[in-house]
Amino acid sequence: MSSKPQSMVMLGRNVKHITRNPTTVFNAVLMPIVILLMFVYMFGDAFDVGVDYIDYATPGLMLLAVCYGLSSTAISVSSDFTKGIINRFKVMDVTRASVLTGHVVASLLTNLIAIAALIGVAFLLGFRPSASFAEWLGVVGIVLLLGFAAGWFTVAMGLASKSPETAGIAAVPLVMLPFFSSAIVPAETMGPGLRQFAEYQPFTAMIEAIRGLLEGAAESSDVITAIAWCLGIALVGFLWAGSTFKKRA
Amino acid sequence: MTNTAIAVSGLRKAFGDKVVLDGIDFDVSAGTIFSLLGPNGAGKTTTVNVLSTLIKADGGTVRVAGHDVESEAKAVRAAIGVTGQFAAVDELLTGQENLQLMVDLNRRISSRDGAKIIADLLERFELTEAAKKPASTYSGGMRRKLDLAMTLVGNPRIIFLDEPTTGLDPRSRRTMWSIIRELVADGATIFLTTQYLEEADQLADRVAVLDQGHLVADGTPDQLKREIPGTHVRFRFATVTELDTAAPLFADATRDDEALTLRVPSDGGTRSVRALLDRLDEYALSADEFSVHTPDLDDVFLALTGHTTTTDTTEAGK
Repeated sequence: MSSKPQSMVMLGRNVKHITRNPTTVFNAVLMPIVILLMFVYMFGDAFDVGVDYIDYATPGLMLLAVCYGLSSTAISVSSDFTKGIINRFKVMDVTRASVLTGHVVASLLTNLIAIAALIGVAFLLGFRPSASFAEWLGVVGIVLLLGFAAGWFTVAMGLASKSPETAGIAAVPLVMLPFFSSAIVPAETMGPGLRQFAEYQPFTAMIEAIRGLLEGAAESSDVITAIAWCLGIALVGFLWAGSTFKKRA
Repeated sequence: MTNTAIAVSGLRKAFGDKVVLDGIDFDVSAGTIFSLLGPNGAGKTTTVNVLSTLIKADGGTVRVAGHDVESEAKAVRAAIGVTGQFAAVDELLTGQENLQLMVDLNRRISSRDGAKIIADLLERFELTEAAKKPASTYSGGMRRKLDLAMTLVGNPRIIFLDEPTTGLDPRSRRTMWSIIRELVADGATIFLTTQYLEEADQLADRVAVLDQGHLVADGTPDQLKREIPGTHVRFRFATVTELDTAAPLFADATRDDEALTLRVPSDGGTRSVRALLDRLDEYALSADEFSVHTPDLDDVFLALTGHTTTTDTTEAGK
């Protein structure tokens, strides 16, 4: 008996993939930091957000960091399913759950590393949240939930793509979405149309929840909305991944 | 298990309107090499996919290692190994890591046995030196070898090889052939698809020819070759006059006025070839070029189906 469960074996494989692909590391970990530096140093003074810009922007950039990790997840899922190795796994009776959860968990780990790096840099730049330990736990919880939800959604997207190239492109809207939320500037400052979109899209709810928690003044309605969005996205992603997997099998 | 490793009867499969397998039957005895011969698009890969539980048939029964592929897929999977047409190796992992992955995913192998299995396979496939390099740096031949080594990790008793030598250079092809022979010597059953008549002839105990979803022949390579009146000798002459003189000398000869060639049926043996050359000498004729042509897949198809492999498959939908 091999002692390791198959999903752990798959996770180990995916982690190796990530560490051996410099583009993935760059996109997932360095890009969010570059964007942080760019906004805080270049544009930060131009935005009037009522608080220190770094304190305002960091929660949004945490979500952006999650999104930047997604394209590589979509690409690696798609590669697995278009390059024949999945047939090998199927003939070996590797469960589909282990193949997919391996990707979801690897994606989640990438997110956590990226966010930890981002917060570290933010602290160096003067990020001073006033959250208590419990509130920090809440932040971690929401981030984990989002990483999990986005992970399933992206795995489904990777499965539905015909090639790794289209999978990479399919993830682009997810990367763009945080820019059209209250991540960089408050939604109230945006033009009509865009402003309503920004106010009601899922990322704004999550960002407001995290921002509230970090400021030590979270509104429970924001937190509940954020959690509801995450659970909804996770469920859609999970069901979509399951049905697409069956179709491709 | 009985002596039959694979039993297929009435197998049908269509993708939408396109009928790929239109009721095929064959048996493969345990410990033998069975070769499914056919051109691209004949349905070889579809057959492998059905037999290896990857896709479901539309009709017919398939038993592999004594188990039904549909209702007992797990038992079938435990007995088989599959090496597909495109090397299914993980390019970002090294050769060794690829094998380790197979060991880790196989619930019947302990990690202690695993290390030995990996070392043995690397050695056997001459991959020990490249073991620590990523598979993306491997040549086509090495990738195929690694792919097959990965398939062998679980020591399968029935091995499916889908065009294992397509795209390989002659030397790598020979290496692959000797590996396949060793596998059978160790008691495995091999189901091999190929588009090379020579390969089927070299390796297989039995050959079945697949054409547009039907088996058009099934027998030993010798039986098959007897059905093909393909071997002939070809003379090319310098002038039409010479061709005119030579043509009536040989019964059954076919002439090609454009190429100035004459095709004469012959078994290709030295005795019969000498007789042909003597006959030319008698009439003081000499050919510019002389060659013995042995039948290839095109000849097999021409003989068995009346069309060559390049004929388009518009009939397949009927």
